[in-house]
Amino acid sequence: MTSAPEHSVIPEPAAPAANPFPAWFQAEQAAALADYEATPAPTRRDESWRFASLKALDLSAFVPAPPVASEGRLITASTGLGGDAAARLVFGNDTLLHRDAPALPPGVLVKPLAEAARENEALVREFFMAQPVELGSHKYAQLHRARLGGAGVLVHVPKNVEVALPIELFHWVEGENSSVFPHTLIVLGENAKVTVVDHFRSADGARAFACGINDFHLARGAQLTYVAVQDWSRDTLAFHLNSTVVGRDAQATALLMNFGGGHVRGESLSRLVEPGARSVMLSLNPLDGTRHLDQRTLQDHVATDTFSDLLYRNSLDDRSQVIFAGLIRPGVGAARTDGYQKMENLMLSEDAVAHAMPGLEILTDDVRCTHGATSGGVSADELFYMQARGIPENQGRRLIVAGFFRSLLDRIENDSLREKLGALVASRLEVIR
Amino acid sequence: MSAPVEETEKPNIDIDRSVGDFRYDVDYAYDAGVGLTEATIDYICDVKQDPEWVREFRKDGYRKFLEKPMPTHWASHDLDNIVFENIRYYLSQGVTPSRTWDDVPEEMKQTFERLGIPEQERKFLAGVEAQFDSEAAYSNIKAAVGEQGVIFVGSTEGLHKHPEIFRKWFGKVIPSSDNKFSALNSAVFSGGSFIYVPPGVKVKHPLQAYFRINAQNFGQFERTLIIADEGSEVMYMEGCTAPKFETATLHSAVVELVALKGAKIQYVTVQNWSPNVFNLVTKRGLAHEDAEIKWIDCNIGSRLTMKYPGVIMKGRRARGEVISIALASDGQHQDTGAKMIHAADDTTSNVVSKSISIGTGIATYRGLVDIPPHRKGCKNNTECDALLINSHSRTDTYPAIVTRGNQNACQHEASVSKVNAEQIFYMQQRGLSEGEAMSLAVNGFVNDLVREFPMEYSVELKRLIDLEMEGSVG
Repeated sequence: MTSAPEHSVIPEPAAPAANPFPAWFQAEQAAALADYEATPAPTRRDESWRFASLKALDLSAFVPAPPVASEGRLITASTGLGGDAAARLVFGNDTLLHRDAPALPPGVLVKPLAEAARENEALVREFFMAQPVELGSHKYAQLHRARLGGAGVLVHVPKNVEVALPIELFHWVEGENSSVFPHTLIVLGENAKVTVVDHFRSADGARAFACGINDFHLARGAQLTYVAVQDWSRDTLAFHLNSTVVGRDAQATALLMNFGGGHVRGESLSRLVEPGARSVMLSLNPLDGTRHLDQRTLQDHVATDTFSDLLYRNSLDDRSQVIFAGLIRPGVGAARTDGYQKMENLMLSEDAVAHAMPGLEILTDDVRCTHGATSGGVSADELFYMQARGIPENQGRRLIVAGFFRSLLDRIENDSLREKLGALVASRLEVIR
Repeated sequence: MSAPVEETEKPNIDIDRSVGDFRYDVDYAYDAGVGLTEATIDYICDVKQDPEWVREFRKDGYRKFLEKPMPTHWASHDLDNIVFENIRYYLSQGVTPSRTWDDVPEEMKQTFERLGIPEQERKFLAGVEAQFDSEAAYSNIKAAVGEQGVIFVGSTEGLHKHPEIFRKWFGKVIPSSDNKFSALNSAVFSGGSFIYVPPGVKVKHPLQAYFRINAQNFGQFERTLIIADEGSEVMYMEGCTAPKFETATLHSAVVELVALKGAKIQYVTVQNWSPNVFNLVTKRGLAHEDAEIKWIDCNIGSRLTMKYPGVIMKGRRARGEVISIALASDGQHQDTGAKMIHAADDTTSNVVSKSISIGTGIATYRGLVDIPPHRKGCKNNTECDALLINSHSRTDTYPAIVTRGNQNACQHEASVSKVNAEQIFYMQQRGLSEGEAMSLAVNGFVNDLVREFPMEYSVELKRLIDLEMEGSVG
């Protein structure tokens, strides 16, 4: 039986007194560490790790991140999608380097989680990691909780408040074998509306470990648009575990873009807990080199009359690999569930590998659930058509990949955001040969 | 991530199980007793006068059976309810299959009569291999088929009389170590068919075998091997109804198909075991260059069926196909699917699966499509549709698709829905009862697949669906 190598627990940071969290939170962290150590590493027999490369999960070499050396450079380089932001927080190696909030409406909180744990204890107690991690990485979620330092953020938008400009958060990692634990907790009151963008970046090409968690909670009628731009170094092992809880008539739209990382495990759970809840789950992943992306998703329809729509697209070049395992699960009594799930792989090289496991678990009859999974190469006819019109093969291929991703971005309703994302994707695709 | 299946709010379905529910006393001249040890295997070998290599094969299978874990990390925990010590592993009416109809004991004839093997049908079918308990009790190959050089015998006779063909492929498509139940079958197999179709021979009539369980706590472990030589064509039909028992019964068959260059094999199953039977079957075909293997599979009965017919497409342009219908009624779990291994270039496969869950029935589709490295021109299409009849019916879909390289294409599609209320209303307006309307809707749902079955079976299937749908609404 193969299993992930046993991990040497990442050592305590040099000065435990520097833990910015209040005592009650630190006690939870200690319990989480014990649970992390007690929880066995995933094995081949775990369905939630089927096809996964467990050897890649060796954490023994990673160390707590030291203070960043190039603080000024990182702050300057923290330009986001372009355009103004309502608030901007920059973290380097789990330390807050910079914050500004030029356009934040009154009452909206955007602050480090450690601050929030002191000043908004009730909120943090209620929502911080309140959802169980069901998709396989419970152990790593406990590690995250135990080692969470300065890079957690609370975004709280109170009832009926709309934040017009996006909130942009930057998480940098620097130095060989550094480990970081970014956390984004978004709590939206009734009818609140906000766009949050997480940028995950490496200051250098060094090997690193990132273990990040996002918690989203949407009260009645709230609207969240969340974008993750993952741009870790190509030698980074990363976990990104998302959970979203959607209330009555609320809508969550999450777009996860993986441009970097060497081995990335992503888990996304959308739980629709009240009638009328909607969740749109998008992911856009141009993969090349030996990059490995392992994504697991769950569309958990708890209440009646809920809607979910998942669309994941990958392009795979060189020797890249992708695993997608998705599940739509309308529970007992979740009548009139409307669930959709689609994953598509565009295979660009002979050595690329795609695993697709689109699943359904339906426990009630009054549902409409469908899923689809496709894998295929670029059509030779299409390339020929373009060549006949003077477009070289390389460029033709790039156009097809661009079109493949562009239609996914069409699901983003905010025009200005969609345009910026389109420009970002286009700039990243130029590297495709 | 499995959720518990709760009691249905609607009244449970009352299915008329008395059809096919009959049993006659049998004098078990050869009975290995209950439980499985190496001594049981020696006993089976002695009674069947197995050659030494078969004894070795059985014992190796037994060791693998003990080593292999139960697959409950992904499969139903209902498997834990199988008590291997309480099962009879061998039971025979006599080691030599009956040759003519006159030799068949009167009691068995009555059983066959009720099973519905009519005289008329016998004339049309190429040969009837009606298995009564472990041993083929009746085997009648029509002269015409024999003249073409087709061998259609029980697996025991096959390994005794045609070892040169039998041994070459036996256990090669499905190794004993494939899974716990294929290992168990290797240890205690008896009965089943051996078919060899010579090069270029196209068998006009389907070859048909009826299987039957007729003893309490008795498992059937048929072993079927079909070899279609170059350019030949054959259709094999396997159907079963079983008596009703109070304690669990285990059925664990292994079916291996080999289609040599350009050959075509169609394997048709209608499975209607009684609802106390564990039906854990391993079925796989090996398709050589330009060969085609098609599994047509219908599962209506049993307590738990786990069956994933597969095709390994070993030669270029080989084709694999699985057409599957599953009907899961109250208390039943139909866990079925398909495996397609594209081991050569330009191979194509198609999987169409439709399932219906009634009451607390659970229908599960599990699929595997694998395109190994450096293949070109491979294509797979998979469609799974599920229909749910009651509010607490359940259906699961767990496909796994592994694609490598940029010169292949796979597409998978699945949908789950309930019967359209407007359709039911429309039919009720025109005088059908709700139950009749539902039955008609369900028959419509599977109609395009039912048409793939040979005529005799599609008629039987429609009747079985009507039977299962009786009282499912209200």
